Amino acid sequence: MENLELQKTANEVRKGIVTALHAAKAGHPGGSLSAADVFTYLYFEEMNIDPKDPKKADRDRFVLSKGHTAPGLYSVLAQRGYFPKEDLVTLRHLGSYLQGHPDMKHIPGVDMSSGSLGQGISAAVGMALSAKLSNDSYRVYTLLGDGEIQEGQVWEAAMFAGARKLDNLVVIVDNNGLQIDGKVEDVCSPYPIDKKFEAFNFHVINVTDGNDMAQLRAAFDEAKATKGMPTAIVMKTVKGKGVSFMENQVGWHGKAPNDEEYAQAMADLEKVGEALCQK
Amino acid sequence: MSEVKKIATRASYGNALVELGKKHDDLVVLDADLAAATQTGIFKKAFPERHIDCGIAECNMMGIAAGIATTGKVPFASTFAMFAAGRAFEQVRNSVGYPKLNVKIGATHGGISVGEDGATHQCCEDFALMRTIPGMVVACPSDDIEAKAMVEAAYEHVGPVYMRFGRLAVPVINDNPDYKFELGKGIVLREGKDLTIIANGLCVAPSLEAAAKLAEEGIEAKVINIHTIKPLDEELVVAAAKETGKVVTVEEHSIIGGLGGAVCECLAEQAPVPVKRIGINDVYGESGPAVALLEKYGLDAAGIYKQIKAFI
Repeated sequence: MENLELQKTANEVRKGIVTALHAAKAGHPGGSLSAADVFTYLYFEEMNIDPKDPKKADRDRFVLSKGHTAPGLYSVLAQRGYFPKEDLVTLRHLGSYLQGHPDMKHIPGVDMSSGSLGQGISAAVGMALSAKLSNDSYRVYTLLGDGEIQEGQVWEAAMFAGARKLDNLVVIVDNNGLQIDGKVEDVCSPYPIDKKFEAFNFHVINVTDGNDMAQLRAAFDEAKATKGMPTAIVMKTVKGKGVSFMENQVGWHGKAPNDEEYAQAMADLEKVGEALCQK
Repeated sequence: MSEVKKIATRASYGNALVELGKKHDDLVVLDADLAAATQTGIFKKAFPERHIDCGIAECNMMGIAAGIATTGKVPFASTFAMFAAGRAFEQVRNSVGYPKLNVKIGATHGGISVGEDGATHQCCEDFALMRTIPGMVVACPSDDIEAKAMVEAAYEHVGPVYMRFGRLAVPVINDNPDYKFELGKGIVLREGKDLTIIANGLCVAPSLEAAAKLAEEGIEAKVINIHTIKPLDEELVVAAAKETGKVVTVEEHSIIGGLGGAVCECLAEQAPVPVKRIGINDVYGESGPAVALLEKYGLDAAGIYKQIKAFI
């Protein structure tokens, strides 16, 4: 898919995120929106997957280690055809399969249940290791928050992945700079993120704009060409990207838009969509 | 009397893994720098490419096991009970239990019989912790024969299983042709009408001894080996309580939340009878030789006998 098409798709994914969260009346827009582009790139361009056969043995795997941004994952899965887009409005509702955090038992396309921060990366490492053990060629991707990497387990997993030279593993850090209590550097600075992964024997790619498809493409191509060590893509993003009043606002980490805010958010995204169509 | 054969169930675990590994290519063993102690080193020797040492990082090991399980292989994650059930509790709950992944946890060095290492390593809370996880099977074998059968049954069972093994060599007591192991099914080792003793792990053998001593005084105790704490064989427990009217539980675990807790919960709802829980009485262990510790904490035959006498 061309970058422009991917951008348009990402904009649709963002609409799905906002729509789902509005209907859920709770959830996490900021980190879902910051990662909407990487979700889109992974599911529409990068990964070897088949929405008609979600459990295909040789598929690439994705683990959403920052599981609270499930609306982003659900929206891209729906957009990709794993389940009906109409179901997104059941997010977090009693009886819905779209749980507040990813549930692999019930959601087509979800490769691992996650939500308790720091744990998803270990599961991704396990999948990558398993592929190596049986000489399978699938690749494993996992997305972490920049706040999430404060969890010690992340570094246990990183140490193991580096030591085992898991070059079929790509760890993506969504560096949107904000966590619940404020700026990541004010709460408990994880910086420098790149040097930490380097020290754990990762090939590190810094992406200065993780909301830019061309940069994402270059990064994932480089990761694929990297042999003998796992790759970490540290991508700078804008939290709340695409919705004017949510961008870079810590208050929109975990709050759903009300009716008025929803209308404005959708208007913002419509405008982005129209602009993309003019290109 | 000929000398009784004694084997630590952690050794049984290592040996059983090798046997299973021969039959099943999809079996993978994980350890956290304790392969010599957990005895998965035996497996490592036989199948080095299928033995993964995760280093001293038990939380990550549980996550790796979960990830491996999603790909269809059957991981046995091994470390001390303290770190498997204690340190990594939340990883086991959220990454293994919640997605109901086919991970087997081989937790060695359970209970105070760890001995000299002392309280920090003597896990007496693991049954309680693991039992609260929906869908988790929790089991603890009484000897070598049962341990091997348990490991095989755990492999065959689809879903998470927590198994606790011991460091101390314990007598082989199930060496008879009628012995049959089934997860979730208790085994009646002795019939009696005056009370029921329900035990597991290394407490089964001294419970049998205590029952023999009681019999000398005309007190006939039924003895049941509940190797699977969850799912509990409620039918057997309830029937025994109704039949004998009194129940004693014996375990190398806190009296809170383990076998005693499980039996009390079951009987309170289905067949209320007086119950005496013998175990670790809400205290930490301490350093010392394993056998001396078991004696001090009342888990040897004499201690069990004494506590039962005081109860009835």
